[in-house]
Amino acid sequence: MIHKFSLNHYNIVLDVCSGAVHVLDDLSFRLVDFTSAQMPARCPEEAYAALSDYSRDEVSEAYGELYTLVQDGLLHTEDDYDQFIGKIAPAPVKAMCLHIAHDCNLRCDYCFAAKGDFGHGRKLMPLEVGKKAIDFLLNNSGNRRNLEVDFFGGEPLMNFDVVKQIVEYARSKEAEYQKKFRFTVTTNGLLLDDDIMDYINREMDNVVLSIDGRKEINDSLRVTPNGKGCYDIIVPKFQELVRRRNGQQYYVRGTFTRKNLDFSKDVLHLYELGFDQISIEPVVSDPNVPYSLKLEDVPAVAQEYERLAKEIIKIRKSGKSINFFHFMLDLDQGPCAIKRLRGCSCGNEYVAVTPEGDIYPCHQFVGIDGFKMGTLDEGVIDPAMKQAFSKANVFNKPHCRNCWARFYCSGGCNANSQQYAGGILQQHEVSCELERKRLECAIMLKAALADQE
Amino acid sequence: MKHIKTLNKVNLKQTAAKGGCSECQTSCQSACKTSCTVANQKCEK
Repeated sequence: MIHKFSLNHYNIVLDVCSGAVHVLDDLSFRLVDFTSAQMPARCPEEAYAALSDYSRDEVSEAYGELYTLVQDGLLHTEDDYDQFIGKIAPAPVKAMCLHIAHDCNLRCDYCFAAKGDFGHGRKLMPLEVGKKAIDFLLNNSGNRRNLEVDFFGGEPLMNFDVVKQIVEYARSKEAEYQKKFRFTVTTNGLLLDDDIMDYINREMDNVVLSIDGRKEINDSLRVTPNGKGCYDIIVPKFQELVRRRNGQQYYVRGTFTRKNLDFSKDVLHLYELGFDQISIEPVVSDPNVPYSLKLEDVPAVAQEYERLAKEIIKIRKSGKSINFFHFMLDLDQGPCAIKRLRGCSCGNEYVAVTPEGDIYPCHQFVGIDGFKMGTLDEGVIDPAMKQAFSKANVFNKPHCRNCWARFYCSGGCNANSQQYAGGILQQHEVSCELERKRLECAIMLKAALADQE
Repeated sequence: MKHIKTLNKVNLKQTAAKGGCSECQTSCQSACKTSCTVANQKCEK
């Protein structure tokens, strides 16, 4: 299977099963339609006829190059990944989203956490629950060395003393269990002060700083309980934190909605504020709310992704750095095929824990009836549910089987599918459309930057 | 090649045989939390 597209004057062919990416001239791009896994070594007469605006020699030459790619296993590669189905099974838990605070000091309209409390009342995680969560991870991670813990909310800084004690507890166990903890904190920034910044920069491998972009966009949805926007409070704090971080991993991360389909301006605004690690993501919400993205918005969003990709090329070609999370793609050192076949691994390798110590497949499933997998007190998770989530992958999602993007999104977000498409194996169509567009942009970016070399 | 430039030589299939160590980052732990993108993670081998 191949995916053939033209974008920003680049003719691109992705060979889906090998992952090879080819940039073609106009002639060879048209000739691709005459190729297949079983293509003959000699160019067929109908190809010469269809490309009569080129000389026979030119067509023969381009055809020969395409033939070589097929012979080298870089074009029309066979899909024989079924042989690896056995590797896609229940696996040790290696990553955990700790809901350290089901409370928030903002009241963002689009919050999937029901404005901080996930619909189950405001509560902070007690230290004892946090310690049990770390024990659970240590005892259920098998031979996985790298363990990930994300302090999430609500707003984690509302319970930061407990965060610090959990970090200390986890670190005290690393040598004994031969594990390495990697911590992340996601924060809206309101409570950041010098001490917290320094602590985060010392202990957290990654920090996710929530901001939506331009002041008027951010402040229209990210508001305090008294209705005031938070932009002016958080921007200087985020700038200072990143300045002190000395290049360690971080993201400024925001959401775009139907109200700012021109979100490339928000990405560029964040860049102008001095941030170069940026993630602005589509809102996922009830389709009936006014800011929700709908299928009819897909063409506009797709165009905006293209606009953004072109702006990023300009910045990169000027020698400056900018990284947009959804255009990140490492064509040579990306994840292995098994990881891509496994999918996001929620409910299997990744779980979320509530302040009460309840375990859910991921942060987005928290509070959804029927998806509690267990409790820290029981110390085990429902094997049937773990099994079901381990099978939520591209082999078992009918819409993924023949999608050219299946080795990149790996089946997409199970929570979105559950909430807005009716089941974890169902298709959330808007997400799929946008993912495919982002991927085309990401590949085109690679072509454009390679062009420069 | 004169007509075609191939951007990467690594074959995804070759990564399957010895893959699956699961030491790499979980995608939702990096930034997204709402829109799964697995392929943008790095292999840790």
